[in-house]
Amino acid sequence: MSRIEGVLKTLKGQGRKALIPYITAGDPHPDTTVELMHTLVEAGADIIELGVPFSDPMADGPVIQLACERALKHGTSLRQVLGMVKAFRSRDSETPIVLMGYLNPMEAMGYEAFADAARDAGVDGVLTVDLPPEEADEVAPLFTDRGLDAIFLLSPTTTDDRIRAISEYSSGYVYYVSFKGVTGAAKLNVEEVASRVSHIHELTALPVGVGFGIRDAETAAAVGQVSDGVIVGSVLVDTIARNQADTAQLKRALTDLLQPMREALDSLSS
Amino acid sequence: MSVKLTEEMLSALPDARGHFGPFGGRFVSETLMDSLMTLEDEYQRLKKDPDFQAQFDKELADYVGRPTPLYFAERLSRETGGAQIWLKREDLCHTGAHKVNNTIGQALLASFLGKKRVIAETGAGQHGVATATVCARLGLECHVFMGAEDVQRQSLNVFRMKLLGATVHPVESGTKTLKDAMNDAMRDWVTNVDDTFYIIGTVAGPHPYPLLVRDFQSVIGRETRRQALEKTGKLPDALVACVGGGSNAIGMFYPFLADESVELYGVEAGGLGIETGKHAAPLCAGRPGVLHGNRTYLMEDENGQIAGTHSVSAGLDYPGVGPEHSWLKDIGRANYVSVTDDEAMEGFRKLTRVEGIMPALETAHAVAYAIKLAATMDKDQTVVINVSGRGDKDINTVARLEGIEI
Repeated sequence: MSRIEGVLKTLKGQGRKALIPYITAGDPHPDTTVELMHTLVEAGADIIELGVPFSDPMADGPVIQLACERALKHGTSLRQVLGMVKAFRSRDSETPIVLMGYLNPMEAMGYEAFADAARDAGVDGVLTVDLPPEEADEVAPLFTDRGLDAIFLLSPTTTDDRIRAISEYSSGYVYYVSFKGVTGAAKLNVEEVASRVSHIHELTALPVGVGFGIRDAETAAAVGQVSDGVIVGSVLVDTIARNQADTAQLKRALTDLLQPMREALDSLSS
Repeated sequence: MSVKLTEEMLSALPDARGHFGPFGGRFVSETLMDSLMTLEDEYQRLKKDPDFQAQFDKELADYVGRPTPLYFAERLSRETGGAQIWLKREDLCHTGAHKVNNTIGQALLASFLGKKRVIAETGAGQHGVATATVCARLGLECHVFMGAEDVQRQSLNVFRMKLLGATVHPVESGTKTLKDAMNDAMRDWVTNVDDTFYIIGTVAGPHPYPLLVRDFQSVIGRETRRQALEKTGKLPDALVACVGGGSNAIGMFYPFLADESVELYGVEAGGLGIETGKHAAPLCAGRPGVLHGNRTYLMEDENGQIAGTHSVSAGLDYPGVGPEHSWLKDIGRANYVSVTDDEAMEGFRKLTRVEGIMPALETAHAVAYAIKLAATMDKDQTVVINVSGRGDKDINTVARLEGIEI
């Protein structure tokens, strides 16, 4: 059983929901990323999605786009991101790490070299935004052969046939994109998400994480009610942008954001 | 090691997944997949629909002004002293460039699909103008995304788009050029996918765009083939076209791919020189990667980040290229070369002074290379340059380079 599967199974047994924060590696600086990852865990993260910066993040809104620009200003490369995961693992061998990003940096490194290095660094899953299953037949097996979960997106426009096909390719969890749009937009419609996610649960046995539009304890709880986990990104990245000058203050601000979400999610089970 | 292409091989490309060999494909986020698959199905259906084809042909004839002439550049040929140089006059299309062949096709598709809102990206502004034009013609709402730097460089085209009723969105992210405009157009599309049709301006992007843009632009090569046979009694010996994303080049090349005797030359923007790194020539100096929904040759750094580009011509200032060109390069069917900013300016002046035809700076790259090429060829041979656009839009740039205030 993969580390991701294990964590999600344990949470399910406890009747709890997964809290999955996203930050962009190298933002605001490559030297602070590992520290911020530990902060996220201390504030209640079950799984971390670590963004690999890319120069042309087409599926992201301005907040994450700017985070990529900050990280790239310091030359944050995919190899360095893997180094950060390795450093994180020296203190935390339990929290699963999912690398989230775009295909080209992996293609430039070489898929096999990347898959080997990701496994060696202690990565647990890979989510490539611009890699639909149709194009993944050569890449995804390289991940699964090494015990890395291949995580794919589902969206409001995904047909039932595709939901089934994508689930076949996926392991760990599937990531449901809660609305049509880019990251950071404010378009969350909880009722719509609830009905879509319960439909997805009918079509796949995999846990369903929901991301896009979750910005506080209230939205986290609302989405947590209908899903197996909530993914929180832009609001954290925006907090990083606003507190980048002072790391201690930044860690407090991230904690202040995440802890109430944790509590709200846990209050669902009681 | 050129491969002999047969009609049969060509009709099988791209394959069902939009691949040209290892290139092309559909690398987008999940939200867009359904729209792209629907577009592909509808296009394959409409391609065989006589009503759609009849309307497309009628628009090309009566609105675009086709066929465009194949013109013998007699003085230029004499001065060059080699092969006969012929010009395919796409600059005479309505709006002043070949771009409208594709926008009228895609706007008709949008209308047949019942989409009321159209978005487009633009570099030099020619595709933006061509899109705004057909949207005015068909009564569609039009939004054009344009890099903030290009908005500066091409202020005339920005004003033209506004006059035509389009909303122009300057894009401030990244390098503020064509690639960033395309990113933002994709972001708009994923947000408004239900009612919006994305008119991509070049043969890049996710499948089926490289296919449908090629099909709509192939009218250039089909006419050239027929006109060359009528006027010279034989096929041309060489075709020369500039390549940014590569839509005018593929439109010219495609109907000749199975004609082994016809040499194909795609001319990329060499900028300040390939050796300086300041250029926009992914086929000459890049490597395969994935950007904007397809696998193709790209300009990127060793970590897979997309590199900044430089060209005097905004329309060629793009780090990628259509996947079919990448394939034609790898199988050796087409030659991809580059000329510098300075050489292109020389080509611009030459064609203007010797033939009274002022080409776009994009086209000037093809002119510059064709003159060099023709000089090495025999007098009984023919070279056709695709004059993809006219140069009026570039007057300010040319004046600035010559230190003249207008």
